[in-house]
Amino acid sequence: MFWLKRERKKFDTAVKRSSKVPEGFWKKCPACTQIIFSEEIQRNLMVCPKCNYHFRISAQERSDLILDEGSFKELYSDIKTGDPLEFKDVKRYKDRIKKLENDKKKSAVIVGEGKINGRRVMLAFFEFSFLGGSMGSVVGEKIANIIEDAIEENTGVVIFSSSGGARMQEGIFSLMQMAKTSAALSKLKQRGLPFISVLTDPTTGGVTASFAMLGDIIIAEPKALICFAGPRVIEQTIRQTLPEGFQRAEYLLEHGMIDMIVHRSEMKSTISNLLSMLAK
Amino acid sequence: MTTYYLEFEQPIAELERKIAELKQASTLKNVNITTEVDKIETKIKKMQMDIYTKLSPMQRVQLSRHVSRPYTLDYIKNMFSDFYELCGDRKFKNDPAIVGGLAKLNNDTVVVIGNQKGRSTSEKLLRNFGMAHPEGYRKAYRLYELAERFRKPIITFIDTPGAYPGIASEERGIAASIAENLQRMMELKVPVIAVVIGEGGSGGALALGVSNKVLMLEYSTYSVISPEACSSILFKDSSKTDDVARALKVTARDMLDFGIVDDIIAEPEGGAHKDHLEAAALLKRSLIKHLDDLNKLSVTELLDNRYEKFRKIGSFK
Ligand SMILES: [Zn+2]
Repeated sequence: MFWLKRERKKFDTAVKRSSKVPEGFWKKCPACTQIIFSEEIQRNLMVCPKCNYHFRISAQERSDLILDEGSFKELYSDIKTGDPLEFKDVKRYKDRIKKLENDKKKSAVIVGEGKINGRRVMLAFFEFSFLGGSMGSVVGEKIANIIEDAIEENTGVVIFSSSGGARMQEGIFSLMQMAKTSAALSKLKQRGLPFISVLTDPTTGGVTASFAMLGDIIIAEPKALICFAGPRVIEQTIRQTLPEGFQRAEYLLEHGMIDMIVHRSEMKSTISNLLSMLAK
Repeated sequence: MTTYYLEFEQPIAELERKIAELKQASTLKNVNITTEVDKIETKIKKMQMDIYTKLSPMQRVQLSRHVSRPYTLDYIKNMFSDFYELCGDRKFKNDPAIVGGLAKLNNDTVVVIGNQKGRSTSEKLLRNFGMAHPEGYRKAYRLYELAERFRKPIITFIDTPGAYPGIASEERGIAASIAENLQRMMELKVPVIAVVIGEGGSGGALALGVSNKVLMLEYSTYSVISPEACSSILFKDSSKTDDVARALKVTARDMLDFGIVDDIIAEPEGGAHKDHLEAAALLKRSLIKHLDDLNKLSVTELLDNRYEKFRKIGSFK
């Protein structure tokens, strides 16, 4: 795969950052705990060759996987995080954001337009490494913007979610992004334009309880954690351990919450075919 | 109803007990205590003023959860006539944590829907502490559509710690049920008014909150997360609730300043729990005014107004 060669360097840094396992060559799979040669995982689209666990990947890696080469045009990257509450816990929210930006991390979501097998779509890719992909005002605004763009340009929308939920540090503003993004999707729906929602590990809280569950078609990656309340919160509430596989993609499929589970290697062709079959 | 007092209400509670004692003694001994009672009542008034003007955000959170505070069914009883409760989601069950139905506000039929908490232990359990399962939100959804079909305005009452975080809730799609409500509320071709009457807790509150006007009672709160949960996540310590409640900015005043709500409705002195009837009367007056305003709008204006209201919320550079 061409993108692998091109992205090898980026991947290596990403892998180093995301894993605590033997530096460099080996990586421990969090699902099956096996130690695997990093390069083997990379060759396998960041999927564990032993157990099929889909490692979390960056927005950049994701767009490389899904889009026609060189077709992605990022939009609204100039919208920057505000601090409406002047929030401070152990650190100032402002300082947290500054540090991330200094580390060249831009936003919890990257949005733009791109082509999937020649078809133009508007897209959003969540960046879990930016404050857990949490949804604050910037995320809500960018997503609403690209949905409105899709209506304007008569295209579909594809969103890859990976989020810890609402951005607590923005208080009520973050909660209201749930309404804002769902509202924009309502307009898209009325225009008969498709929205494909892809849930990747983990998709939780306010993101799940808004646009992510409003897809015309909802796809999940294998074994992705998908929930409203996280497992720890539930365990604290009910004071018992949760059943094996609870809130995983397979569990959601069985309970009728999603349409399908798609392996990363099939993701592009699946989305491409679905968009083409839904086209008027 | 036995009266429950929060910690900061204790000094008031003491004086109120004193009045009760005096009154009891006077009936036994047949002495005139009017001046004495008047004196204490003036003192209570002053003390109440002192305490309530200096309430901390966390004390306001406690007030918003006060067990003697009027709940949705109390407001329904005291504000509307001809209430017919409508039950069930037609899919799985009737969730008592959300109630709704047809009612008359003065002479006009409206659809009312609200989170419902319980006061006694058994009712708390029945209402699941006001935390709805997906069925509750699906009942609300059904009632939104009923209102739209018959062109009746919708009034919602928000008062919940949040949607229920449990196995059954997740299993039956709590996330989707909330998401679908957020979207459907935005599309309703009738006036929608949401009133935060107590605790506006997170997505479970917002699922009743996408409206043309959002009103808040003076001592209600609205937040993305409870101060307790936020404190244990950000500080790994659930005792920082005072600081966190302040940092999260959850009061009615904050919401008005942020442009999240349109109006604050005054409560009786000492809070709505001191006088349910007065609280209902104050809310009713405001509701009628706002509903009159909305009734003047066309369907397109209603929809555009609601979309713009939420579309513009955000803080970024
Ligand atoms: Zn594995």
